[in-house]
Order: sequence, then C-alpha cells, then structure tokens
Amino acid sequence: MYDAVNTEQSVQQTETKISARNVQVYYGDTHAIKDVDVDIADKTVTAFIGPSGCGKSTFLRCLNRMNDTIDICRVEGRIELDGEDIYDPKVDPVQLRAKVGMVFQKPNPFPKSIYDNIAYGPRIHGMARNKAELDEIVERALRRGAIWDEVKDRLDAPGTGLSGGQQQRLCIARAVATEPEVLLMDEPCSALDPIATAQVEELIDELRQNYSVVIVTHSMQQAARVSQKTAFFHLGNLVEFGDTSQIFTNPEDPRTESYITGRIG
Amino acid sequence: MTDAANTPAPSDMTPAKGSLHVLDARTKKRNAAEARFRIYGLSAVVIGLVFLVVLLTTILSNGVGAFQQTFISAQVYLDPAKLDKKGERDIEDIKKVSTFGYTPLIQQALFDKVQELGVETPLDSAKDMKALISASAAAIVRDEVIANPDLIGQTVEFRLLAASRVDGYLKGRVTREAVARDKNIDAEHLDLVDALREAGVIAKGFNLSFITGADASESRPEQAGLGVSMLGSFFMMLVVLALSLPIGVAASIYLEEFAPKNRLTDIIEVNISNLAAVPSIVFGILGLAVFIQFMHLPQSAPLVGGLVLTLMTLPTIIISTRASLKAVPPSIRDAALGVGASKMQSVFHHVLPLAMPGILTGTIIGLAQALGETAPLLLIGMVGYIATNYPDGLAGGFVDPNSAMPAQIYEWAKRADPAYYERAWGGIIILLVFLMTMNIIAILLRRRFERRW
Amino acid sequence: MPVFWLALIVLALAAIGYVTGRARALSSGGGNIRNLHSLPAYYGWHVALMVLVPAFAIMVVWLLVQPVMVNGSVSGGLPEGAVAEDTTLDLVMSDVRRVAEGLDAAVASGGMTPEEAQSSTIDLDGLRDRLGAVGVALGSEVSPEILNAAQSYRGLTATGRFWMTLVVLLAAIGGFVFAMRRTRADFRARNVVESGIRALLLGAASIAILTTIGIVLSLVFNTIEFFRLYPAADFFFGLTWSPSFGGGSELGILPLLWGTFYISLIALAVAVPIGLFAAIYLSEYAGPKVRAVAKPLLEVLAGIPTIVYGLFALLTVGPLLLGIFGDEGLGWMQAGTAVMTAGVVMGIMLIPFVSSLSDDIINAVPQAMRDGSYGLGATRSETIRQVVLPAALPGIVGAILLAASRAIGETMIVVLGAGAAARLSLNPFDAMTTVTAKIVSQLTGDADFASPEALVAFALGMTLFIVTLGLNVLALYIVRKYREQYE
Repeated sequence: MYDAVNTEQSVQQTETKISARNVQVYYGDTHAIKDVDVDIADKTVTAFIGPSGCGKSTFLRCLNRMNDTIDICRVEGRIELDGEDIYDPKVDPVQLRAKVGMVFQKPNPFPKSIYDNIAYGPRIHGMARNKAELDEIVERALRRGAIWDEVKDRLDAPGTGLSGGQQQRLCIARAVATEPEVLLMDEPCSALDPIATAQVEELIDELRQNYSVVIVTHSMQQAARVSQKTAFFHLGNLVEFGDTSQIFTNPEDPRTESYITGRIG
Repeated sequence: MTDAANTPAPSDMTPAKGSLHVLDARTKKRNAAEARFRIYGLSAVVIGLVFLVVLLTTILSNGVGAFQQTFISAQVYLDPAKLDKKGERDIEDIKKVSTFGYTPLIQQALFDKVQELGVETPLDSAKDMKALISASAAAIVRDEVIANPDLIGQTVEFRLLAASRVDGYLKGRVTREAVARDKNIDAEHLDLVDALREAGVIAKGFNLSFITGADASESRPEQAGLGVSMLGSFFMMLVVLALSLPIGVAASIYLEEFAPKNRLTDIIEVNISNLAAVPSIVFGILGLAVFIQFMHLPQSAPLVGGLVLTLMTLPTIIISTRASLKAVPPSIRDAALGVGASKMQSVFHHVLPLAMPGILTGTIIGLAQALGETAPLLLIGMVGYIATNYPDGLAGGFVDPNSAMPAQIYEWAKRADPAYYERAWGGIIILLVFLMTMNIIAILLRRRFERRW
Repeated sequence: MPVFWLALIVLALAAIGYVTGRARALSSGGGNIRNLHSLPAYYGWHVALMVLVPAFAIMVVWLLVQPVMVNGSVSGGLPEGAVAEDTTLDLVMSDVRRVAEGLDAAVASGGMTPEEAQSSTIDLDGLRDRLGAVGVALGSEVSPEILNAAQSYRGLTATGRFWMTLVVLLAAIGGFVFAMRRTRADFRARNVVESGIRALLLGAASIAILTTIGIVLSLVFNTIEFFRLYPAADFFFGLTWSPSFGGGSELGILPLLWGTFYISLIALAVAVPIGLFAAIYLSEYAGPKVRAVAKPLLEVLAGIPTIVYGLFALLTVGPLLLGIFGDEGLGWMQAGTAVMTAGVVMGIMLIPFVSSLSDDIINAVPQAMRDGSYGLGATRSETIRQVVLPAALPGIVGAILLAASRAIGETMIVVLGAGAAARLSLNPFDAMTTVTAKIVSQLTGDADFASPEALVAFALGMTLFIVTLGLNVLALYIVRKYREQYE
C-alpha cells in the first residue's frame, strides 16, 4: 500500500478538497473497500482506474453518500469535505449532495423537458427567487455543459429525446446547475460513441476551472487524457495514487504496471 | 403539490456555502415535508391493514355463533295411541302419521319437564311450549320412529333444536326489549328459558348440522346448514378443474411455445387479456343465454355453474401458466432440441414438467377465485333455489339443481332475519377457511418447488 | 343410444386403435424399433387420435346444432292459430319441449308405451296428470296442436339421435381403418401426431375467442330483440327507471348509469389515495421485513370474495353509517343501503388492486432515475413526487382505469349494499342502484324472458360490456406503452 503522503508533495500547489482516511466499505459480509486513504485536490481532475469490480465506483459513491440508498452498505473510516466529516450524524446527505454533485454511467435525464431537467436541482434547493433568475441559472448551466447552442431553441422538448452524448452533457449541466463544489463522474462516457466521448472529455477539461472533478473510468487513455491525478484500485485496495503522468509512465507498483500494460483487467 | 420545493426561495438560502454540520432553514423545512410524506404513506398502509382487521373481526364475531346451536333435551313418550292406532307396528301405518301427530307429544314432554322441575310460570298448557321448540323437532322424532318402530310405547330421550328465538336469546341476539314487539315469543317464555337453562334442559352445543346439513325454509333458520350447497360448490369445482386445467395448459403451451407471430395469435392474446377483465356478471349473462336458453341445459345445475366459472377462470389460469412456462429458461429447450428431440417432445418432456408447480399454483388460485364467485351464479338460477336435498349419486351431483356456498350465503343474507344473518356470517367463515386452505396449499407448493434459474 | 354410451364406445375404439396401431407398426418393422420412422407409441397415438378427433368433433357439433334445427322445424310447422295473442312463439315452444320431455319420461318409467306416445289418438284430458305423475308439471291442459308439435319434436329428435349415432360410429370406424392402412414402418407417425396435437392446442387457445363471440352474440341478439319491443332512444335517454311486469315500464338507463358512476367515484376516492400511498410507502420507504409482512396482508383484501364485502356493507358499514348520518345523527341518510355504503366498501376492496398495480408500475421506473435525483441532493419525497410519480403517471392512470372498470362491473357489493331504488340524486347517502344490480334483479325475477322487462337486462349487459371493455382496452394500451418506454 502506497502512502498517500508520498504523493501529496507533488500536488501542493492546490489545496485539498476531500480527504479520506482508513475508509472501509462493506456490502453485507463482503469487504468491498479496504483501508483507502486518498486526498482529492480542488480544481483538479482526479481519475480512479482499475479493473471491473475493484471498488472504484463504490468508493466514488461514498464521497456523496449515495451508498446510503443501499440498505446493506456500511461505510467506516473518515471522509472530510473542507475539513468537515461527511459521515457525521449531524450531516444531512441532502445538503452534502448539493455540494458534491454526481453524473452517472448511463445518461439518466428525467422524463421532463430540457428546461425542467436543469431547473430541478435549483428548484429543490431554492436557488432562484423568480422565473428570470431561474432562466438565468438554466442558461448558465447549459452553457457550462456545452450544450446550450444545441438545445436553446427547444428547451421545452423532452430531455429523453436527445442523442446519447447530448443526454450525458445535459446530465452534466444538470449537476452543474446546483453549483456544486465537487463533481463526481461514474464512467460518464461508457455509454457514448467516440465523438460524444470527445465532446464530454473536452467539457470535463473546462469544468476543471471551477470544480474539483473525480472521474471513474475504464479507459486508461481517457484517464491519461483528462486527469491530472490518477488513483489505481485493485481488489478493493488503493494500490497507487499520484500524478497521472507519473502513473502512466513510471508506475511504482508492479500491479499498476501490469494493468496499464494490459496484463490484468 | 404545495411544498416549498416548488416555489423559488430567496437566493440568500443558496446551498453549499455554509457548513455541512449546520442544517440550514431550508433543509429543515424540506426534511419536515419528507417526514410528513412518509407519514402519509405509513398511514395508508396502516389504514389498509386496519380495514383488514376490522373485516376479519366482524366476520369472526358475527359468525362463530352459527357453529353453536341451542338444544332442548326432552324425554318424549311415544304414545302408541297416537302413533300407531292399530297397534300392529306396520311401517306403512306408522308412516301415515304426519309430523302434526308428533308435535303434541314433544310439547307435552317439555311441559311435563317444566312441571317436574316445579318452575313457576304463567304458561299452563303444553301448547304454550310451541314457541320454544323448533318446527323441525317433530320431523326428527318422526324419522327416528320410522327408522326404529320398536320405540313406540317407550319414553325416549331426544336432543331437539330449540326455536330460533330461544337460540337468539341464549346468544344475546334476541333481547327482552325486542321481544316486546315479537309475536312469536314473549317475556314469560324467556323467563321459562332462563329457568330451563339453570336446570340444564336447554343448553348450547356444537352445531355439526350447520356444516353438513341442508338449507331450510325461511321460518326455520335454526335448522339451516351449508352442507348441500357445499356439495354444489364441490361439483362445480370438479367441472372447473377438469376443464380449465387441460384447456388452460393447452392454450398456454400453444401461445407460449408454438404460436406464430400472426393476426390470429394477436387476436387470441388481446382476447385473453380483455376477458380477464370482463365483469363476472357478464359471464353470467353468457351462461344464461348460451347454456340455458340456447343449449337447454338444466337450470341451477352445478354443471352449468362449473361451465360458466370455467370460462371465467380460464384467462387467469392461462396468464399464470404462461408466466410459469416463460420462467423455464430457453437453455432447457435448446438442450432437448440439441439431442434431436422434436419441439413437441421438448415441450412435453422437459418444459411442462418443470413448469408444473407454477401451473398448479396458478390453477389453485384460479379455483379459489371461482369458489368465491357469486354474481354469475345468480343468473343461472343457483340462488333462490332452496338446497334442501342432497344430490343422489355422482351424475345427480352435476345435473340436479343445487346451490353453491357463496350463493347460499347470499340467499341467507336476503332473508332479512338476524338468525339468518348469523348463518351468513358463519357460512363466510367456512368459505374463507376453504379459500385460506387453497391459498396456503398454493403457497406451500410454490415454496417447495420454487426453482431459481 | 345415450350420448354417454356412444362416447364410451368411441373411447374404447380409440384404446383398441392405440394397441393395434402400435402392434401393427412393430410387426411391419419386423419387431425392431430401429426400422420404424417414429417411436411405436406414436403409431398408436396416430390411430387413437384419428378415431377420437373426428368422431367427437362431429358429436359436439351435432349436439349443438340439432336442438336448434329441430326447434326451427317444429316451430315452422306449427299451425297459424297455435300462437295466441297473449303469448309468444318462445313460450309455446317451451311448452312443446316440456310436453315432449314429459312423454319421454312417461315412456322411460313404463307409464306409456312408445307407440302410444307417438299416436294421435292419445287421450288429451288425462295427459296433464299422467305427465305430472312422472315429474313434469305443466301449466295448463295440453292442446292438440301442442301435442302434435311435441310428437313431431320427439320424432325429429329421435331421428336426429339415430343419425348422429350412426355418423359418429362411422367416423370413428372410418378413422380407425384409414389410420391402420397408413400404419407402416416408414410412415411419419410422429410428425402427423404432432401436427394433430398442435391443432388441438390451437383449438384450446381459440376458446378465448369463442367465449368472446359467445358473449357478444348472446348480448347482441337479445339486445336487438329488446330494441324491437322498446325504443332505443327511450332506453338511452330516459330519466326514469320503473319496470313493472304488467307492462307500461319505463326503462331509462340514465339513473342506473348515474348510480354506477357515483358509487365507482366514491370507491375510487377511497381506493386511489390509500392504495397509491400504500404502494409508495411499501416500494420506496418500507424495509424488506415490513414489506414482506404488509404486502401479502394487504393482498388478502383482494382474495376475499365479493359476497363477503356485500354482507359487510349490508350488515356492518350500512348500520354504522346510518348511526352517524341517519335520523339520530346528522339526518342525511334514510337507510343503511346507500351510495356511500357501497362506495366505501368497494373502495376497501379495490385498495390492494390499486396498490399492487401501482407497486409494479413504480418499480418499473428505473433506479437510474432515482439516483439522478438523489445525486442532485433531492430528498426521497421530492424524488418520488417530482421524478418517480411523473415518470410513472401513465402507468398509474392505466391502473386507475382498470380499477374503475372493476368498480363499474362489481355486482355483489351493490346488490347488497346500494339499495334498489333508481334515482338521480346528488346526495351520496341516498339509496341508488347500478347497472349490474339491475341486471341481476331483471333476470332473477319471474319475468318471462321475452318481455322487455327481462330483455332490458341484456341491453344493460351490453352497455356494461362495452364500457368496461373500452376502459380495459384503453388502460392496457396505456400500461403497455408505459412499459415499452422503460424496456
């Protein structure tokens, strides 16, 4: 197990947004995540890579307590957002998720209009005083989601009528609309074709200006393209965590090397 | 939906800037809405369950009385002078004496008993005992004498049914206030009943004839039983089982395994799903018009009832059978076809046996549904027929007029007599016991044979 | 020959066919199964099926058609004056059939010789008593025309039966011989048997169509008959329902439709909120343990026969409501049987129906939809109200339509709980009646089947059938569209 402290020195230029210490996750009797320590920096794209079932998605879902919706899931250890423990009993997951937004593997627009899809988050969190403000929020979110130009003329059309890539960008825009501080992305491109993937990757790079982005991906090329930091998970362990360039060119752990060169996976 | 979530709130409540450890006002409000919503849901479930409990307790509290009946024990002197005037003990002569000949003897016996006990009562003649004894008592004594003519001249102990009002008084159904307006019985009788109960002459006992007996006329609720209509239901269920299981399975096999994708198949499928939702009374109309008016099958016959209920349950059985056939994985079919079995062989040798537990479960549930169904039976004459005779023989069971359990319950409910209401509730208990047993068998079958692929 | 014996003979012939067919195939294959195209049992089945299927098919069709043909020919042969002014052909024909039945019974019991039963010199005066003695009671003395018709009815029936026996036996034997001649080692018995069985399976599946046709025909013919006696416009737009069996009835359907609609509305007002919220709670909030207990318990309500609910309405809910809203309470209610009574009880009955349908539909909303909402920081109730329910809305509307169709077609609860008076009133505590309740009362009375008072039941049934069918088709269409959306 590589100590996260080793890698911290190389990212001291940005402050730590989320820090996890000794995180364990159990699904019933299965020990899904074992003793993970990681620090996620602000305004950085951090990629979680690893073979299927290694626990990267599970760990991602711990960061905004999405695992709470699964009855048999139990999380131990300490995860802090800006120094505050997010598993503290005083924390309402609803408030947490407003700060830590999430984009899912499969685009999942609500069966509502494009406008209502984006406005849903701001409405439930009461972010707009009136219709004009809400319009402004929606437009801003759609622009940030790099989809404004494609949909500005049909905001009333159902979100489910868009193409796959558009749907996923809509979902990103929807997540951005609530002004989160961290954006979690669970394999956001796995259901998309190469062109849509390229658009979303470009978008992720832009989002780095404002947010801390954590992305789970199956594709090492994608991790190499979009991320500054990479964490490699294997069988529930965090094997290696460091600068992306270093992990891909000069991995320290033999398992990382095997995975990157395609021998396990 | 009138919660705060829909109305835009001031933007100074914009989330995400404060500490996670402090709940902001808006979150508190949203959590309160959340708790309210949850309570609505929980109370809906609770209300549903309360209805169930109320329904079941009503049935039980009103119905258990029917399983108890009040009996009078009397030593009846079977007077040869009245019953066999010629004294020859000729069975034909004895049969000539109708129940009217027996009634005075029974009344006398009870009156003697009252005198012997020394009960103070203004009722001073044997005839006054009439109100206490069921009109069926004379028939019971007569049947006994005809079966055994040697009893004539002896004093025999009989356990006779008390009149319905007396029974009601012992069960608390008939009150003294009500008796004031009742011309069948009056307060003096009730005093006498109290005294006789003290003496053990009148007592409540288990009422087997309610379960096994025949229906009685409107004025004799104490005598009415569910036995004959139970047989009617039984024969109907035989018809339903014998027809709907093979036809249902055959139809399902065709639709699930063989049907080509064409217009005919579509029409059949749409038909079945629509038939499942056609009101049951419409099946009654079908039965009346086709089986009785057109084919001239006998009215009130369990055969006709069974045919109607078959048509009604068939869609249910087909739908559940198809589900169990669908649950058998295609790999099983492929395996059979792979060793050179024909499609027909793969279905009959492999798929059908594997689907059988599911099919049987569905069939039992369909039968239970048919057993409780009343409306179509009304139209084919199974209500209004007074089921006083047991069917003779197997063929008679199918074609002789009869009632059915739910139809009998309806008939009792219509007679507008609290004594019959009690029997209707009691009949429901029996019906529900049958339904429960069938459903439990279905559940056990499913548990025992359930296969996870 | 009675049908029973005929059927038995055919079955026996089939059994013999099975054995001999199998044996013949084996012997033609030299006793070695390997020389046969199919397993020996298939040759047996081939013969048995060839015996059974044509013979039984002929028998069933004959039994169905013969009474209709005989009826037609006898009633055509009735002399002009046989149908008197105050009666109908149907009634006369039913007399004819009873007399014929009586003659059969008299011959069977030995009280009459077969020759006497068919002779025209039979003593008319004593005939009613003689038939009564064998258990066939007649309403009046037998007229010569009716006796004549009855005798020709018997004659035709007997001839028909004779020919049927002959044809059925010939068909069975013919099938036997035909199948035996085909039975050779290289005969493809399995393929033939299998396509035969396939045809039988198709036949079983077609019973659903036959049932529908039967329903439609029995409704249509009698409804047309009704409209011949009673103007359709008065039926559909009449505001009064007052049948009187002496004639001069007013048979307007509107009060009945109003009662049906009102009761169903109250039932849905009870069942939909409770059922929907229960479904939401059980599928979104309740833990597995609560769900495992509460769900089957709620479904018990659906398994209870409607007669039980009817009794519950009549004897428990009615008096209870009367205590609150009756003369001793608020004074709105005259009797225990009322729209409210039937509506509330029907609502209770429909709760599990609505809840289990909604449960299925809510569960069909993909989890990704919920995750999307939770991921944005929505609470459970916000997710349910703003994402899950709108997504499930079409399905829920379908479920409510199905429940409405149930409510409209429900019979026992309204027969016992709603009252018998047809009235157009807005007071839910008034007694009203419904289409189904009147179908029952018009067909279970002593009315003559040919009178408009009885025939109106078929027109009511037709209306009921069309309304519920329409609701079902619409509901199933909506639900299917909804499911396709998420598949």
